[in-house]
Amino acid sequence: MQREGSPWRGLSVVYFRELFDHLTSVRMLVLQFLVVLLGGAVVYFAAEQIRNTTAEDPFLFLRLFAPPGQSLLSFVLVLSILVPILAIGLGFDAINGEYNRRTMSRILAQPIYRDALLFGKFLAGLSTIAIALVTLWLLVIGFGLLRLGVPPSGEEIGRLFIFLLVTIAYAGIWLALAVTFSVFFRSTATAALVALGLWLFLALLWPALAQMLGEVISPSDIRFAQLGLPTPDTLAWQQGLSRVSPGTLYGEAVVAMLNPDAQSMTTLLAQFQGRIGAPLPLDQSIMQAWPQMVSLIAGTILLYVIGYVAFQRQEVRA
Amino acid sequence: MSDNVIEAQGLTKRYGGIAAVDGVSFTVGRGEIFGLLGPNGAGKTTTILMMLGLTEVTAGSVSVLGHDPAREPLQVKRVVGYLPDSVGFYDHMTARDNLRYTAALIGIEPADRDKRIAAALDRVGLPDVGEKKVGAFSRGMRQRLGLAEILMKDVSIAILDEPTSGLDPHATHELLETIRSLKHDGVAVLLSSHLLERVQSVCDRVALFNAGRIALLGTVPELARQVLGGGYNVEVEADGEGLGVLFSDIPGVKAVDQAGPSRYRLLADRDVRAQAAAAVVNGGGALRRLSVEEPSLEAIYSRYFDNQALQQQATSQVNNHAA
Ligand SMILES: Nc1ncnc2c1ncn2[C@@H]1O[C@H](COP(=O)(O)OP(=O)(O)OP(=O)(O)O)[C@@H](O)[C@H]1O
Ligand SMILES: [Mg+2]
Repeated sequence: MQREGSPWRGLSVVYFRELFDHLTSVRMLVLQFLVVLLGGAVVYFAAEQIRNTTAEDPFLFLRLFAPPGQSLLSFVLVLSILVPILAIGLGFDAINGEYNRRTMSRILAQPIYRDALLFGKFLAGLSTIAIALVTLWLLVIGFGLLRLGVPPSGEEIGRLFIFLLVTIAYAGIWLALAVTFSVFFRSTATAALVALGLWLFLALLWPALAQMLGEVISPSDIRFAQLGLPTPDTLAWQQGLSRVSPGTLYGEAVVAMLNPDAQSMTTLLAQFQGRIGAPLPLDQSIMQAWPQMVSLIAGTILLYVIGYVAFQRQEVRA
Repeated sequence: MSDNVIEAQGLTKRYGGIAAVDGVSFTVGRGEIFGLLGPNGAGKTTTILMMLGLTEVTAGSVSVLGHDPAREPLQVKRVVGYLPDSVGFYDHMTARDNLRYTAALIGIEPADRDKRIAAALDRVGLPDVGEKKVGAFSRGMRQRLGLAEILMKDVSIAILDEPTSGLDPHATHELLETIRSLKHDGVAVLLSSHLLERVQSVCDRVALFNAGRIALLGTVPELARQVLGGGYNVEVEADGEGLGVLFSDIPGVKAVDQAGPSRYRLLADRDVRAQAAAAVVNGGGALRRLSVEEPSLEAIYSRYFDNQALQQQATSQVNNHAA
């Protein structure tokens, strides 16, 4: 069916109003305060740790975001937990909120398509998170400059910039999920609870569950086990399943970008070939994180489209 | 192009097999005030939603100024103003900001916006609360603000779903005045309401919905003729011989009731005061009082649904016997 007129008519009007609303809302203020507080504390301790180690390190700034070794709390970890909350907090009442305020039919009686309303809301939410993340990113780098006393190298800036983009994509997938839930559930509380529940499930239970399921689907081979090695098939299943969780994808992409000398699973081969020690160059790191980044963006689009289709067909009675 | 701004043909909406609106056909002319009446759940709101493309049409068609709301929604929504029942606004924004947002969505030039908003707020009697947050508005004030939005939009069709709900008598009166002034400007108004007396005073034609169908459609006198078999009650007080027979010979008179020694009540399908007066004079009588009671929508409505209930009883009894 051919539609007349542009589906984006009114998009900028919706976008700027929603953005203004988000930026001035108490909700956003609280969430941002939380992020700055937790992020600040973590970065501060990371900086202290770095100052105490005297070893030569070409990636000082990256350590600020993701300290090497099994550091319990890192800035990246704080983000991977708080960004979903931020995104869900901004998106869970996007559509059902309009129904509950009984503004939906009044707005959709104006000459705009539903596309403009939904996309405007999504973009405004994403921009709000992006603004918050960029601010935070600049704050941390500024803090690093003062505290560490050395400027970041060009490669470090590049890696940190890609890390920033990946984080925004990570926010996008959770925002798309929250917005889609706001289309499906008429109650804002239900939408928020289901989204947060799903997030908790994927963050806490899914990694362990993926291991078990992988073992069930493709049991370990005893010959590999005797050598102390994981069975390739089992490992592939486990990895594939665990990547259903956006958190896993985000984690893998971030490790690739911020830990050039880390041994991720895909570099196991390199380990066998004895290519250990030399950090990966930037382009290699990007190659490594590429599938994860694409998956995050594809997931965002998929979730958004599901919500979009449902919203198009919805009856607007309020 | 015809003079009809809205044309509905066999409009049907089914929810899971149950028809909420079932083959409804009607037209609304330019500058006409058209009333949708009927009990709760009769399908008035659903019909309105289909005209705006806010719900999918199951069968039939509707065209608004020659456009199909499902295929050309922007064309339709550009010329139609809609006041939903229990309209909502963004509570944290001022009345003016709420209207500014809609004005921007409509595409009113920024230079024009504030002027038109101020004029609209003035017209609905909210000139002083433009800078107040809508959260502090009463139900009636929100209703007026919704009307202001339509006035600001400068439409050729206004669709008002129960616009009088929540309004005080004075505000209701003002609303009806506003509706009349819209008609005067050539705007067609389609409104649903349960205030029959008010509807009667403002509507050119009405459609009476019953269980998803239009049971009756026309002007109030037309409906009165169909349902009441007349509708005009002419009371005559006159002295004279054989007046009752003379009255019943007047064309249009359905029944003559002698209510007292010299008081007659004529049931007619039109205003027969002049003929009744002539009959008294020609019959050599003395006319003392003559008055007419127009058919009331209230009477039509209750009579129709009383009949409906009786019929239902009868059919269910027949069915019980058959079973
Ligand atoms: N989403 C839905 N699913 C199923 N049935 C529905 C739905 N929406 C409305 N209905 C039914 O459609 C019928 C018509 O409803 P509608 O809102 O059009 O009535 P109405 O004439 O506007 O009544 P009121 O005077 O109470 O406003 C009702 O019987 C209602 O139960
Ligand atoms: Mg209704």
